[in-house]
Amino acid sequence: MSEPGPDTDARRIATEARDRLRFEEDALALADQVYRVARRLVGSREEAEDLVQETYARAFRSWRSFTPGTNLRAWLLRILTNLNVDRGRKIQRSPRTQPLEEGDYYLANKMASAAGEEALETDDVVERLSQDSIVNALSGIPPQFRDVVVLVDIGEFSYADAAQILDVPIGTVMSRLHRGRRALKQHLAEGAIS
Amino acid sequence: MTLDPCDRCEELLQDFLDRTLTDVEWKEAESHLSGCDYCARRYKFEESLRRYVRTTATERMPPGLMDKLTELRRLDATA
Repeated sequence: MSEPGPDTDARRIATEARDRLRFEEDALALADQVYRVARRLVGSREEAEDLVQETYARAFRSWRSFTPGTNLRAWLLRILTNLNVDRGRKIQRSPRTQPLEEGDYYLANKMASAAGEEALETDDVVERLSQDSIVNALSGIPPQFRDVVVLVDIGEFSYADAAQILDVPIGTVMSRLHRGRRALKQHLAEGAIS
Repeated sequence: MTLDPCDRCEELLQDFLDRTLTDVEWKEAESHLSGCDYCARRYKFEESLRRYVRTTATERMPPGLMDKLTELRRLDATA
């Protein structure tokens, strides 16, 4: 057996350079999707831009810890949500009284009283809700619930991916998702239905 | 105590649309929905709402961000 010569070294370096290039290209191709999720996790466009840049800076540094063939978008979002928490968004642990929670039909019922029962069957009844009201309602959901709603309903991540990204059990994802969606509808119902 | 069938259907709404109900629950929801306009309309509304939230809350990446990200890659390559 011979020592690894300069040839093997050169090959190893070339392989690594190629893997790295591919990683970077794959990651950059997902930037728009990563941004879309980031934008709804934080309050402003500037914050979202900063967060995405920090995420990519870290991803490019630690690309070796990504396992090829696994979900790169989820891997990037995991970095992003960790950075977001590190940035000072402390997880609320105060024993705040839980808001009175309305059921899943709450918004539909409000909409039916405003627009009529049959309107619920039309595709455009939702357009009575302005874009601003949707965005405001989303940002009004308590953060740990909002994260799940944003990942699943906007980022279209599976429960399993969301659980991995947030490092919580899948059952927690499901219960936060359900409650987060109800909170969203409650905010919408209490906001503007024109 | 048994729930009112519409209250029960309301409870199943999210998992129904997420397709995470058990077979038994699925059949329960479907058989109720086929005979109950009240619930069927609310399910339809929820579906439209989810789609609407996804599209209206989605904001494209601002111009210039991609260049900044590509720049990070170059900076890192020289490190």
